[in-house]
Amino acid sequence: MSFLKIKNLSVDYPMRKETVYAAKGVNIEVNKGEILGLVGESGSGKSTVGNAIINLIDSPGKVSSGSVILGDLNIHKDPKNIEKYRGKKIGLIFQDPQTSLNPILTIGEQLIETIQTHLNLTKEEAKNKSVNLLKEVGIKDAEIRFNNYPHQFSGGMRQRVVISLALCCEPELLIADEPTTALDVSIQSQILDLIKKLTNERNLAVILITHDMGVIAETADRVAVMKSGNLIEIGETKKILTNPQETYTKSLVSSVPPTNKKISRFVIIDSEKKNNHKNNIKILNRWNKKEIIEQDLVQIKNLDKSFKDNFFTENSKNSVMAVNNVTFNIKEGESFGLVGESGSGKSTIAKMIVNLFKPSSGDIFFDKICITKIKQKNEMMRFRKQIQMIFQDPYSSLNGRLKVKDIISEPIKLHNPSISNSDLNSYIFDLLESVELIQKSADRYPHEFSGGQRQRISIARALATQPRLLVCDEPTSALDVSIQAQILNLLKDLQEQLNLTILFISHDLPVVRQMCDRIGVLKDGKLCEVSNTEDLFLKPKHDYTKELLRLMPKIESIYN
Amino acid sequence: MFQVDKNISTWDRIKDSDIYHSFIKSPTAIVSSIILFIIFFCSFFVEFITPYNPFDPSSLSLMEAFTPPSWTEGGLAKFILGTDGQGRDMLSTILYGSRISLIVGFSAIIFSLILGVGLGLTAGYFGGKYEMIVMRLTDVQLTVPSILMALLVDGIARGLISREMHDEMAIYVLIFAIGISEWPQFARVSRAATLVEKNKDYVSASTIIGVSNLIIMFKHILPNILRPVLVIGTIGLALAIIAESTLSFLGVGVPPTTPSLGTLIRLGNDFLFSGEWWITFFPAIFLVILAFSINLLGDWMRDTLNPRLKK
Repeated sequence: MSFLKIKNLSVDYPMRKETVYAAKGVNIEVNKGEILGLVGESGSGKSTVGNAIINLIDSPGKVSSGSVILGDLNIHKDPKNIEKYRGKKIGLIFQDPQTSLNPILTIGEQLIETIQTHLNLTKEEAKNKSVNLLKEVGIKDAEIRFNNYPHQFSGGMRQRVVISLALCCEPELLIADEPTTALDVSIQSQILDLIKKLTNERNLAVILITHDMGVIAETADRVAVMKSGNLIEIGETKKILTNPQETYTKSLVSSVPPTNKKISRFVIIDSEKKNNHKNNIKILNRWNKKEIIEQDLVQIKNLDKSFKDNFFTENSKNSVMAVNNVTFNIKEGESFGLVGESGSGKSTIAKMIVNLFKPSSGDIFFDKICITKIKQKNEMMRFRKQIQMIFQDPYSSLNGRLKVKDIISEPIKLHNPSISNSDLNSYIFDLLESVELIQKSADRYPHEFSGGQRQRISIARALATQPRLLVCDEPTSALDVSIQAQILNLLKDLQEQLNLTILFISHDLPVVRQMCDRIGVLKDGKLCEVSNTEDLFLKPKHDYTKELLRLMPKIESIYN
Repeated sequence: MFQVDKNISTWDRIKDSDIYHSFIKSPTAIVSSIILFIIFFCSFFVEFITPYNPFDPSSLSLMEAFTPPSWTEGGLAKFILGTDGQGRDMLSTILYGSRISLIVGFSAIIFSLILGVGLGLTAGYFGGKYEMIVMRLTDVQLTVPSILMALLVDGIARGLISREMHDEMAIYVLIFAIGISEWPQFARVSRAATLVEKNKDYVSASTIIGVSNLIIMFKHILPNILRPVLVIGTIGLALAIIAESTLSFLGVGVPPTTPSLGTLIRLGNDFLFSGEWWITFFPAIFLVILAFSINLLGDWMRDTLNPRLKK
């Protein structure tokens, strides 16, 4: 007899043009002492199911049919029931620990308030209970920390506080919606361990909603796969991940970058059976292909960058050292990876290479010429043409007011003002086809495209100037895993055929392993180590690298 | 990649947009825009609508002066809203007057929009000392009440322009005076919007391509900050029309020979206590309806164009 039974649950969003079905007849059961992983890509309805259990669906959406049975009570029968259960029998953990705590109350006040709302305890009893809870979720000096405000905790600690809040009324069901997505990998594993430990000790039923197959592999006992509101497959984690039955699950699993080996291409399993061949790169005939010479294309020497506030802007006393004495080289034709957690300075280095910032000190050489000291505009333009960048967020990297063809023609016209109109058009079409978009895309606006398609437009724009160095700043971290696989394949094809040099920046170690020949590891603005990819993964030298490798969620862990 | 073939005309695009749908669903917006359309249409094509030309002295008859509105005792059917002290038909005079008011209002708001957005956009984009100077300037400007500012400008202009030129130049002075007192709003809003936009990746992408600052500002950032600017522009239009009327009422606006709404209210004010209430009442009520409709439309635009207010 399962503890939580979701029967035939449907959630509708009636919109102006049509009704969107965020969940269609979903049946899920969760037992006590079990973690059910709910995976799916964005828009698959996984969070909707989580919210529907406690009836937290945003208007105009509504639960249109189905029942949620907790223990032996149908909690959707009476809306008052849900309010009583929410926070008491059902605990919630949200993605962002910044926003789920009230910044003007101490965590102690928030805990006591929650406890006293649901349980009949005196203030003293509530306080004792809170302190014990804080200890249980691993907060040291709980008696002292009890009186601290949320901003005095780090991100990971704050998430622990959120978990203690979720647990304070002895819930039997815990819903965790992407609990570790906003956290760095080292903190992620601690939080997941904590959730696992609590599940066992308190015999909780847990629904863990995530997009990360690695997290599922390491944490969940059973997994439910969702796609566009439908439950595709549900079963034991090991069975689903190693022997998926449905095509969609197969493609999802094959898109996840393996952490233990390097593969040449991602296998794209498509229900329509197409596109699994190498991309036909149309711009090849126009491309001024440079032969790869054995040389360092980029040399970075003792690079420093500190952000100081000057007299005229908002002033704080400290200057922050974002990049500290970084030295490395990128060989022509290779993929160089820069990995590090948030705040490690990896994006700052990228922005200095593409000349968005000037370094505080140190030099960047491109093709043996120091680009940090160029003053003349013409000279600068020559380098702008050769160094291009792809950004993380496909939604902000394209100007929504311009048509795709205007976005792509801007760099072409700027660097080749004499180009004829017909030539320009055919160049744009070639570029679009090279990134696997059809010619008609040229007359559309960016908002008509999905995230992955936008990223392709972004790549087409970057290729328009025929660069030698492509700086990719987390190009796939905003994308779903199957789209990520397609984009990574595309980048590999382009690099191979156009002899591009790529600087690939990511926090995602498995992705970096698939993409890069050499990797540099950054921590707090300092370079820990640079080595060949396989060496780095097999015999890391630096302690920090070892730590990162140990903590990264491994989808392969399911095989052991 | 999937692509659906669709050939959509601009009109279909408009009909499909959220703005159109929110417009259709908002009775306030529809009513106020119908009123505004009628006012604009009648004001700009007034020559073809009314049989009278209040500025042609030969067509005026002093015998018909102070005729009350047609539905009151002593009213004449040919003067629906009555006549003023010189025998001018009130309705025609109001329509001619509102044309002047609208021209002054629109010109002033466009002038301050160009000045304010230009300064705000460049300040937000370049930052540093330039930004500080511009923004402190707007702060100073905002400490001076706008009507006082307009009076000041008007006074200085009168001192500089020769007496014969006064009436001719009055309308330009008025536009400048109102425009100069409204620009800080635009500068503030467009600077704030620019600060958000300039940190977006599409601006970085253009910089990396090598696009010049001028093109980035005007081709890329400007279209993206126009929404909030248009919203305050609409509300500013109502303010500018009211400011014009206030100045004309105070006697520093357009000359009585080419009366605007404010001038009409001032002229009628003299007769208010002698019983000829309609001379000041109708221009005043017309001004209220005009400003009110513009404000309602501006409110609707603010709700629709601001994604943060959407439910």
